[in-house]
Amino acid sequence: MDTFVQQLINGLNIGAIYALIALGYTMVYGILRLINFAHGDIYMVGAFAGYFIALKLGLGPSWGGLLFVLVGSMVVAALVGMAMERLAYRPVRKYARMTSLITAIGMSLLLENLFVALFGGQGRGFPQLLTDTTFPLFGNAAISKSQILIFAVSIALMVILQWIIFKTKVGTAMRAVSFNLNSAKLMGINTDAIIMFTFALGSALAAAGGVLTAQYSPTIDPLMGITTGLKAFVAAVLGGIGNIPGAVLGGLLIGVAETMVVGYGSGIGIQSTYRDAVAFAILILVLLIRPSGILGTTVQEKV
Amino acid sequence: MRVPRKLGSTENMISFVKRFLIALIIIAVLYALNLAMSKEGLFGFGVPLYQVDLWKMAGINIILAVSLNLINGFTGQFSIGHIGFMAVGAYSSTFMTVYYTQGLEQWLAGILGASVAAAIVFALVIIIGALAAAVAGLIVGIPSLRLRGDYLAIATLGFAEIIRIVITNMNKIGGATGFRGCVDPITNITCSDPALGRFTIPAYTNFFWIGFLAVITIVVIYNIVNSDMGRALISIREDELAAQAMGVNTTRYKVTSFVISSAFAGVAGALYGHWRLPHPNDFTFVRSFEIIIMIVLGGMGSITGAVLGALVITFVPEVLRMLPGGVYNYRLVIYALMLIIIMITRPQGILGNYEIASWLKRARKRPEGNATVGGSTGAPIAEQSDSTKKTDKELENR
Repeated sequence: MDTFVQQLINGLNIGAIYALIALGYTMVYGILRLINFAHGDIYMVGAFAGYFIALKLGLGPSWGGLLFVLVGSMVVAALVGMAMERLAYRPVRKYARMTSLITAIGMSLLLENLFVALFGGQGRGFPQLLTDTTFPLFGNAAISKSQILIFAVSIALMVILQWIIFKTKVGTAMRAVSFNLNSAKLMGINTDAIIMFTFALGSALAAAGGVLTAQYSPTIDPLMGITTGLKAFVAAVLGGIGNIPGAVLGGLLIGVAETMVVGYGSGIGIQSTYRDAVAFAILILVLLIRPSGILGTTVQEKV
Repeated sequence: MRVPRKLGSTENMISFVKRFLIALIIIAVLYALNLAMSKEGLFGFGVPLYQVDLWKMAGINIILAVSLNLINGFTGQFSIGHIGFMAVGAYSSTFMTVYYTQGLEQWLAGILGASVAAAIVFALVIIIGALAAAVAGLIVGIPSLRLRGDYLAIATLGFAEIIRIVITNMNKIGGATGFRGCVDPITNITCSDPALGRFTIPAYTNFFWIGFLAVITIVVIYNIVNSDMGRALISIREDELAAQAMGVNTTRYKVTSFVISSAFAGVAGALYGHWRLPHPNDFTFVRSFEIIIMIVLGGMGSITGAVLGALVITFVPEVLRMLPGGVYNYRLVIYALMLIIIMITRPQGILGNYEIASWLKRARKRPEGNATVGGSTGAPIAEQSDSTKKTDKELENR
């Protein structure tokens, strides 16, 4: 029982990170119908931004420092996301979707290779911003301070996101744009600004995920975003791409499934090395049974 | 509609002889190039080993790009799992040569000589690799091709990653360390002690094989695209619902083109496997992206474009290696930037729908004065689609 609880906590933890990144994928897809393959790299950019802020300011373990690093990296990533949209995605928006997709792949390559060229490909230790202690729950199960931090921050960010989308004017505009871009434009919404804001929001969430992960398992490298980004993307599709609660649900589901395979897979003949395949296996099953994802809505095709 | 020629007519004979001669010339040229690229060189003229490797890689990339173009460019089904089928081809063929065909090769070598025996065995395992990839394509294609657009893309990506992870966990074919080194025959775990029995993957692949199969791929895909089946595929690309309404069995055609495309990826895999020794990291989804970049860069829906794209993507990073010291480190950044800039300035790809074969045909027809305006019977139908129209339609659908 305590192993199960422990695995569940670990799984929800990884899942919360996936969910934070998946939100960015799903928001951009909801508005532009673009799979932003560079989003996983924004997560990496966020972790690096946090690393350099902490290093340059010589921050030690303190709540204030951590908060500063978190907010700072979110701002940096939001700026990178906005620049990316303005310089690369906006010029190709009017062309076929394949063009946007290749541009996104190009952007992803650009960020990865730029960071490798600038900072080298080897891993770096993320500075300790939190004196980590573990609190025993019951039996052998325990939860660490950085795990609590991941839960707290991701829940807080998701609540803020929900508030932005449903209670503010910008959020209403975002929903209008995702419903129909051209009609929104006719209603006087500055769609370009809204799209840029969406990129900023998604990038900030991914950066928070990056800093939280780096805090929890403290190595960062320029290619860290590839696998995590892909799994977060799978999470977004799993929940129903374009659907915000779906992204959270998908992220948590994939995180838990992964740790459960590591914890219990050997009992039913699945080696723990298959953990990376689990996300994709679940994805394919869901797509075949319910192509629009768990919470997604099907759109009837018109002639 | 083309008028079927009568069997045995003079015109038919001439055309057959012409084709036969062209085939002979291509084989002779490839053979000469192969000699030039071998260690000994041709008439003292040799190509440096590094460049030989690049040309080989270019050939394999051409096979991959042209075959993926059948499904992505002509059928309009967006697949990002092409590398998975290449992996299946590479591993299934090398599995055969490591574990089963060595006895056969020795037996054949006793009768026909070593080189002929190697060629026969290699042809055999290439076919096995292609078949295995085709079966994988069928298994992946039947369920996923029900999905549309981005969902299909994601499903194929997922399948390719699963294929890679399964391969990583199979010790019999080398597992995570790649199909090299050795495996402990008792525990079935990869090891580093050669005494326990090394994997011996014979290095069958040379430039002749790659070039020959690249030409075969281009010819086969060209003929498919310009056949009844090609018309059906292009109608699916232009409007799937309309194609269905006109009585095109869309599911059957989609699955067929997917399987054919996978089979050629398997061929590319078999060639790669007997040259570079396969490793699971050679088959990540990043490589799938690379193939897509080739066809989009060259021009979707153009075979010439796919070939050009494959050449550009193979050679540009290598050309950038010649950059001076300080800039050298940024060569891959420049490569990525170039990609983005090309997409912004020329979204239809370098060639768009342009096809070199149709240009040749038109040039040949002009002196006789029967070049028709628009929709000439000789021009490949692929050219008739209008990419700008499609963009408008896609924008409308959003």
